[in-house]
Amino acid sequence: MGRKILLDKINVPGIKSYEVYRREGGYASVEKALKMTPEAIIEEVKTSGLRGRGGAGFPVGMKWSFIDKKSGKPRHLVCNADESEPGTFKDRYLMEYIPHLLIEGMITSSIALEANLSYIYIRGEYMWVFKTLERAIKEAYAAGWLGKNIQGSGYDLDLHVHCGAGAYICGEETALIESLEGKRGNPRLKPPFPAISGLWANPTVVNNVESIAAVPWIINNSGADYAAIGIGRSTGTKLISASGNIKKPGVYEIELGISVEEFINSDEYCGGMETDRPLKALVPGGSSVPILPAHLIYKTANGDDRLMTYESLSDGGFATGSMLGSGGFIVYDDRACIVRNTWNFARFYHHESCGQCTPCREGTGWLEKVLWRIENGQGREEDIELLWSIQSKIEGNTICPLGDAASWPVAAAIRHFREEFEYHVRFPEKIKNRDHFTHEPFDKVRHLVAPQNV
Amino acid sequence: MKVTIDGHEIEVEAGTTILQAARMIGGDVVPPAMCYYSKLKGTGGKCRCCLVEVTKGSDANPTPMPKLVASCVTGCMDGMEVNSKSSERVTEARKAVTEFLLINHPLDCPVCDQAGECDLQNLSFEHGKAQTRFIEEKRTFEPENIGDKIQLHMNRCILCQRCVQVAEQLTDYRVHGVLNRGDHAQISTMVSAAIDNEFSGNMIDVCPVGALTDKTFRFKSRVWFNKPFNAHRECTTPGCCGKVTVWMFGNEIQRVTARKDEFHEVEDFICNTCRYDKKEVSDWTIEGPRKFEKDSVINVNNYTRKMDKVVINTEKGILMGRDEDRKKISMADIDYNEKIDGTQVKK
Repeated sequence: MGRKILLDKINVPGIKSYEVYRREGGYASVEKALKMTPEAIIEEVKTSGLRGRGGAGFPVGMKWSFIDKKSGKPRHLVCNADESEPGTFKDRYLMEYIPHLLIEGMITSSIALEANLSYIYIRGEYMWVFKTLERAIKEAYAAGWLGKNIQGSGYDLDLHVHCGAGAYICGEETALIESLEGKRGNPRLKPPFPAISGLWANPTVVNNVESIAAVPWIINNSGADYAAIGIGRSTGTKLISASGNIKKPGVYEIELGISVEEFINSDEYCGGMETDRPLKALVPGGSSVPILPAHLIYKTANGDDRLMTYESLSDGGFATGSMLGSGGFIVYDDRACIVRNTWNFARFYHHESCGQCTPCREGTGWLEKVLWRIENGQGREEDIELLWSIQSKIEGNTICPLGDAASWPVAAAIRHFREEFEYHVRFPEKIKNRDHFTHEPFDKVRHLVAPQNV
Repeated sequence: MKVTIDGHEIEVEAGTTILQAARMIGGDVVPPAMCYYSKLKGTGGKCRCCLVEVTKGSDANPTPMPKLVASCVTGCMDGMEVNSKSSERVTEARKAVTEFLLINHPLDCPVCDQAGECDLQNLSFEHGKAQTRFIEEKRTFEPENIGDKIQLHMNRCILCQRCVQVAEQLTDYRVHGVLNRGDHAQISTMVSAAIDNEFSGNMIDVCPVGALTDKTFRFKSRVWFNKPFNAHRECTTPGCCGKVTVWMFGNEIQRVTARKDEFHEVEDFICNTCRYDKKEVSDWTIEGPRKFEKDSVINVNNYTRKMDKVVINTEKGILMGRDEDRKKISMADIDYNEKIDGTQVKK
């Protein structure tokens, strides 16, 4: 059994309520943190090596130490609960079943940042989770963990949950801040970074739900204990939202460093493939990371075991690797059509682009239209090159990472599954049926697009 | 601070952006800018036309910046080295952005009032391709009435959001903004035909394309058939400078705009009274012809230069050919009192 940090108490009946959570040792980290100096807490988090769980994997302690404390402006901690990445649903699970863990983490982290006003920004689609959190916050206020003079320490903290209107872009930290200020959710130009000028031009730290929820354990135990779990710079545990053609889809907490093979096949986690159809592809970290073909899933390009760590999953760069991202683990068997899947992702990014900067606004729509044509048998041979060209022109030229997120899956799909695109273009009558690979998996027709030598 | 752009060195003050430094140098190194407007705060960074490559961050930290940066919002650092036109990557990126801007832009320059003074035309002339790779249907919007003086063509809009900043910074309250998102983001008003502020007309001047045009000038003339003159009047509207360019056709003032500099930015904003209601020559004190940059199409109508006499050799050529051709072409032989069926027009 892997070590559980976040989901340790998840099966305790009634853990949603304050009484049960407190009885199980909840809010101990707040008591401890109130006796520590903010610098000591930040130092502890730095030692732990905890990395941001929202996708980019930036060390949390480092992010906290960048916050501008000299200016004397009020500081804010904002929790990014706008979990919108297709394939990722870990934060929802955490907030829905053990809301007090997040609130405890928010209080402890706010103490470290000396913030007196903190926010949880939750996406509009999670309305019932929003209500769960509101109830939990009310309980925490009643028990004296929030408000003025927390537990007689002289420290004040107000915590609010803010519900967005349902936009993927508001998961980008500066767009989130804009939205929280009541404006249109457009990403800001950086610099200035939020650590200098964020919410209402005050120094702000934005962290993912899971990152903040890991802080209480680190304070209760120690940073070194947390760092002892995992391998190298990937420390601690990570929630993985497993979905796709596996026996047991769901949210799993893993110790970073287990192998991908173990994660997919062991009964403790995914439980193997759903049917006896072979594994075809894997998206290891949510829709925006590059897709991996079967031969690169269990082994990296140079033959090492592929592990569930930030480093191992990105081994080989984008040519043969991917990213851990936010942990949206999507497994495909050979019934899946990569072109259709890529189109579906492209459709999502087209719908979610904010429309502020040109390459993303126009490019995502173009990608979607071309992919739609290929998937529906109206593709042209040159469309594959066109897709490659469009994605390369979006990537890196946009204000925020949404443009990159839209182009990476397209690039990876073409890089690893080019034959499948060619098959779609050359045999339009064969792919008219939506389930075209169910009865005739691509491996059976691969010879049709193989280069012919006379 | 010392900045080098494409090998040209220049001393600038702290806080200057790369684009401003490039504009001080002038000439080829100036990156195109579709959304940045120096007279409006908070513009820039959106269109990505002005991307440049920073090959040396500063003297203190010489590492190059990995990504291309938007020059209009990136501040200069001491010792910074920037490649604008000289960089392959930058020209590629500009071409890409131009292509992106054009894929959903209608090809209606022949009927667009902005043609001739359009930044997107200039951009695509410089960086665009003659062919398109976009075979899909273009995105379109329903026509919409945003006010009695300003015509909105949403299909032409490139969402630079300059007009939003005009409304934000020049008018008391903003009644229009960006609705929806992605490629369906549109400039619109909450209440139909709501734009009536006295300074709202400046939206037309700041619009880099033909998305916002003057309804009082609509379809009146191509801009290059007009003769622009600097003019001024004593304007009583608070905040209006009264200094304008009047666009004349014969003795008729067809259009009044603010005076635009070489970067197509207005020198000072004007009020709607000057723009729409003062169309008599007697309203204005004409100062003299307005000069435009060398390559502007408006100069084809250049009356400051002596024109060559046009010689038509047709007459002579026809004489050497068949007689019936002469009948068809030569104006002298046409009887203007004759109807098409041969009967004479009644006097």
